[in-house]
Amino acid sequence: MTRYHTYDAVIVGAGGAGLSAALAAGKNVKTAVVSKLYPTRSHTGTAQGGMCAALANVEDDSWEWHAFDTVKGSDFLADQDAVDIMCKEAVTAVLELERMGLPFNRTPEGRIDQRRFGGHTRDHGEAPVKRACYAADRTGHMILQTLYQQCNKEGVEFFNEFFVLDLLMVEGTCAGIIAYELATGELHVFRSRSVLFATGGYGKMFKITSNAHTLTGDGPGVVYRKGLPLEDMEFFQFHPTGLYRLGILLSEAARGEGGILRNKDGERFMENYAPTIKDLAPRDMVSRAMFSEIKAGRGAGEDNDYLLLDLTEVDPEVVEKKLPDITEFARTYLDVEPLEEGVPVVPTAHYAMGGIPTTVDAEVLRDHRAETVPGFYAAGECACVSVHGANRLGTNSLLDIVVFGRRGGLAMTEYASTHPLPDVPEDAHEHAEKWLASLMEGDNPEPVADIRETLQQEMMDKASVVRNEDSLTQARDSIGKLAERYAGTRVRDRSKVFNTELTEHIEFGYLLDMAEALVVSALARTESRGGHYRDDHEMREDEHWLKHTFITKGDGGDPSLAYKDVTLGRYTPVERKY
Amino acid sequence: MQVTLRVQRFNPEHDTDPHFESYTIDADAMDRILDCLHQVKWYRDSSLALRRSCAHGICGSDAMVINGVNALACKVLVKDVKQPITVEPIRGLPLTKDLVVDMDPFFSGYLAVKPWLIADDAEPEPERERIQSAAERERFDDTTKCILCAACTTSCPIFWSDQEYVGPAAIVGAHRFIFDSRDAGGRERIEILSGKNGAFKCRTAFNCTAACPRGIEVTKAIQEVKQAALFGSF
Repeated sequence: MTRYHTYDAVIVGAGGAGLSAALAAGKNVKTAVVSKLYPTRSHTGTAQGGMCAALANVEDDSWEWHAFDTVKGSDFLADQDAVDIMCKEAVTAVLELERMGLPFNRTPEGRIDQRRFGGHTRDHGEAPVKRACYAADRTGHMILQTLYQQCNKEGVEFFNEFFVLDLLMVEGTCAGIIAYELATGELHVFRSRSVLFATGGYGKMFKITSNAHTLTGDGPGVVYRKGLPLEDMEFFQFHPTGLYRLGILLSEAARGEGGILRNKDGERFMENYAPTIKDLAPRDMVSRAMFSEIKAGRGAGEDNDYLLLDLTEVDPEVVEKKLPDITEFARTYLDVEPLEEGVPVVPTAHYAMGGIPTTVDAEVLRDHRAETVPGFYAAGECACVSVHGANRLGTNSLLDIVVFGRRGGLAMTEYASTHPLPDVPEDAHEHAEKWLASLMEGDNPEPVADIRETLQQEMMDKASVVRNEDSLTQARDSIGKLAERYAGTRVRDRSKVFNTELTEHIEFGYLLDMAEALVVSALARTESRGGHYRDDHEMREDEHWLKHTFITKGDGGDPSLAYKDVTLGRYTPVERKY
Repeated sequence: MQVTLRVQRFNPEHDTDPHFESYTIDADAMDRILDCLHQVKWYRDSSLALRRSCAHGICGSDAMVINGVNALACKVLVKDVKQPITVEPIRGLPLTKDLVVDMDPFFSGYLAVKPWLIADDAEPEPERERIQSAAERERFDDTTKCILCAACTTSCPIFWSDQEYVGPAAIVGAHRFIFDSRDAGGRERIEILSGKNGAFKCRTAFNCTAACPRGIEVTKAIQEVKQAALFGSF
């Protein structure tokens, strides 16, 4: 049985971006949040460090300095108009969260406290600045909780554990979504004047990742299959300090407090790669250095395949007090005592800079010429505004979701108030119904898990921190073969109630699409910039490549590429040195 | 090493009662119980239903009863539990399928205590942030850690026998605001929690404190709410 709902605004995803949008729209128009998880399970909750805003509560600061750092951190690929908006609105966004009750840490004067974070500086790179507003080492958790609480206060409606299957389009205009209810196996048609995707990242295409099991690119996957473009998919951030084997994140704050990365000989190898700021170099640079050390056989352990994060020289009280969660992770998951020995770490797939292209009001772009899809919006990690360009700065993700989620919610309100509800054909759900039925027809003993593990290993080996034409070509060919194998698999569980084999099956299909988009975009970009590093094209080449990649799946299924110029502003690209 | 799991199974589409099934799999001593359950789901029986997301103890999806104790499956390692490892759904909430229970009653209980900041209407809107001292902020720090995993509420013997009781997690949620110096809704919440399904149902069994994967002193928070109700001290 199919059920029907009608709304002014439907938001898919209940992390920081989705809930910010819901709060902005929910005060004005009839709003629903559709999420495959209970909202408080969203991955925003795992963010640790903070949210940057030039409040200048502790030290002199200005939003222009924040904007400069963001543009430089992005290796000059960010669109500077979007960066200006984000850094300006950061201040009101933080104050608004405080008014909603977010328990920020406080200065002795009782104001919101601020601390240092990688890449954030005073006066265009002069010295580190205290800009990150934080709530202990669980800032993301507090943002997620606060937004969820406020949405309930405002009466936003939630459809929890509803999995999006399709976007409804009528004559080029967005008309709603189709979702699958996990508890019953029923399809739901949500007719809506406006839809916003805030579905998060897709780090699960890599073997080692800080991402949750559920971060599988569902939103961008649906968009890509609709023939709409994705932007800058080749830029994926690897965070230097993921727990060995597991990828669980150890915050940059560990090195901020004096932690040092060492190889098997105990050497502080970052001195050889970034002589001035050493272990506090940007994430893309440190991850590359770690990769080189492992490749040169200087990794630690039996297989020489990890490095050591040494906290033994940091004051034990600082470790216990300021890094409690990450020390607990090391103790719980690796049985390592950080006060006495190095913690085994490896670069971990962390954040997708690319995604669904949008305007600064979260309107989704139809193509690289910046035409928009009426009624359709995207925000957060699944989107690409672009404020992070080729490499995101720490803390700017929490800022991005709050600022552009809210802007999206306001834009939806405006749009929904002035546009009629699109007519949705009565058979709108049939395509999804047939798709699900086809997945449950016939037999094939091959578990999707096998194919998924192969993809994750391939992407790790051939398309992660260091890439080149050979490795990317091999990865592209592998993905093609894996996609063929995947097409033959079937969902063996035929039950209706809480059939997570079915949802995992569909999620993996999206991951395959994301991997294809990443590899094809990366193969074409014959330069190195930010998180995209090619050892066969080691230099950044602004003359040819100061532009955004737009990848689209053609009618025949083959991806095609187009490019859009970067929006420049006050800052002219220069070599990125720290 | 070989690990044997005894997992409670129940499919409402063809079972009348839950039963246990055993699975012997290869695992590492350092593997999480969640990893073992994934082994079963991905390679032995794909129909096994469970919730999980972040897999490192922050999202709160995978609270289960592991060898009789409430815990997150992603925070318990194979080396720390006796075999066979018995895994059951958390108790006191309606069973949906296998290790999945209906969480809606739990979240309704949480939302019943108005867990959001209620500002004092008489006070003018601050131009910037409200001022709050570090000590005032510290007063409710412990209860801000709650991830709503339900490990506490579903370990509570009072909740097992009476699901009208709002339960420990909801009281923790109320505590977080009652003791926040910026909040003016204390009286409303105390009124709700002074009712017959509120904090005074607690008989200090301390199961909740032992079950909390975030180390929150849950029972202490409940006692503080009771005191606030009795003496108006908040």
